Amino acid sequence: MRGFVTLEGVRHAYGGAGTQLAVDNLTLAIEKGEFAAVVGPSGCGKSTLMKLATGLQFPQNGVVTVAGEVVEKPVKIAGMAFQAPTLLPWRTTLDNVLLPLEIVEPHRKRIRRDRAAYRERAEALLAQVGLDGAGDKFPWELSGGMQMRASLCRALVHEPQLLMLDEPFGALDAFTREELWCVIRDIHAASGVTIILVTHDLREAVFLADRIFVMSARPGHILVEKQIDFPRPRDLELTYAAPFQDMVHELRGHIVEARK
Amino acid sequence: MPTSLAIRAAPWVFVIGMLVVWQAAVAIFAIPPFVLPPPTAVAGAIVQYWNAIWYESLFTLGTTMAGFLLAVGFGLALGLFIGWSRTIYAGLYPLMIGFNAVPKVAVVPILVLWFGIGAVPAIITAFLISFFPIVVNVATGLATIEPELEDVLKALGASKLDIMRKVGIPRALPYFFGSLKIAITLAFVGSVISESIASNHGIGNLMLQAQSQFKVPLIFAGLVVLAVEGIAMYAVMAWLEKRMTGWAHRSTGFASS
Repeated sequence: MRGFVTLEGVRHAYGGAGTQLAVDNLTLAIEKGEFAAVVGPSGCGKSTLMKLATGLQFPQNGVVTVAGEVVEKPVKIAGMAFQAPTLLPWRTTLDNVLLPLEIVEPHRKRIRRDRAAYRERAEALLAQVGLDGAGDKFPWELSGGMQMRASLCRALVHEPQLLMLDEPFGALDAFTREELWCVIRDIHAASGVTIILVTHDLREAVFLADRIFVMSARPGHILVEKQIDFPRPRDLELTYAAPFQDMVHELRGHIVEARK
Repeated sequence: MPTSLAIRAAPWVFVIGMLVVWQAAVAIFAIPPFVLPPPTAVAGAIVQYWNAIWYESLFTLGTTMAGFLLAVGFGLALGLFIGWSRTIYAGLYPLMIGFNAVPKVAVVPILVLWFGIGAVPAIITAFLISFFPIVVNVATGLATIEPELEDVLKALGASKLDIMRKVGIPRALPYFFGSLKIAITLAFVGSVISESIASNHGIGNLMLQAQSQFKVPLIFAGLVVLAVEGIAMYAVMAWLEKRMTGWAHRSTGFASS
């Protein structure tokens, strides 16, 4: 099996062997530059998939590879964003965005010397998501949507090859959520980064993804794999078109089936 | 609606009000001064014994601060150690609770046995009684890092030390400075207990002697001095807290998302 991110026959339980399985016989492959979405009923092991693909957890059985290498330690080429923006309240937005660079090589060694250049880079990134000039503000001065944008910048600042999004927009209101769909869409189009989006929102999945994986209830495995062929760039208007609605409806059917 | 002036004046008004009620109660109910001396008599005692009070209060302040500073150093170190891993946390926490449950007054005789009477048992008692809240607060601050944020950093290859330096320790600081306000108050309790039992110096000893000589206003003068020192040090800690961790107070918690 080839692909940028692959899981093959993966079985995993958090409590070690013998405890309830989070995922079992999980197999999927995601191509480089692809936008993949993973949907499924609550507790189906979507977050486990994220942890396996970033090297935070290692499978009991099966193999996980990222960029052609078997994952045996944190992958370091991934950026992550979650439903909670988890910005550090004692840092300005800009310093929050710079945080990964203080951790990951080779920036870690350079950041003290090249702080100005890195600041410029972070500011450009903030501008790209519509946060121009907000770099000096503290997180609590930002709205929820703006915090999420900053959180995305933090996930992207070290130019990861893989972006993992775990229900990133779940806590936002409907309009802000749609705005951020477009932000992510544009980031993907501009950078060609491989994205894995875990979500409950089927419209979100269909709007953004190239391919959608429907997971079963626990222990999770892939039930259905759906190619989404709506041409890019996609406009929000698309979400009101009949083929789009049909796709969402069909996926909903799969999830309902999976919940049983 | 209260103006800011009213709010600023309120503490003074209430203190003065309390003194007035106290004075009036003593007069109205004709309470003998050896039971409850009026504030004027207490003030008189402070003036009369000023030299002794000044010296002994500085002595108490010294032992308290010495014990408190030890508690800060040790509490910070142990808090970091305990907060470092869940296993250490699980292992040491019951031990700490048990230790904290022991009334420190019961430890003083042992300290006297080991170190004789004087400043050393007072310092150690102040230390023993005040390090616990510091340990618990620092450890709690470290232990409550958001797991998602830990994941973000770990996926980048961050070591435990990285996570502690970038997230854990800054995050624990408001807890730490908050605990100092509790710890300093407790430190006074510890030093005065020890001084009353086993010392020739300090406000605790001064009050004990005043009691044996039936100088009741002087006992109350001792209490007043302790209260003043306690308030002053509390204010210092509160100021320090505000200065060092302003971000934790400016934000109303973590802004909702």
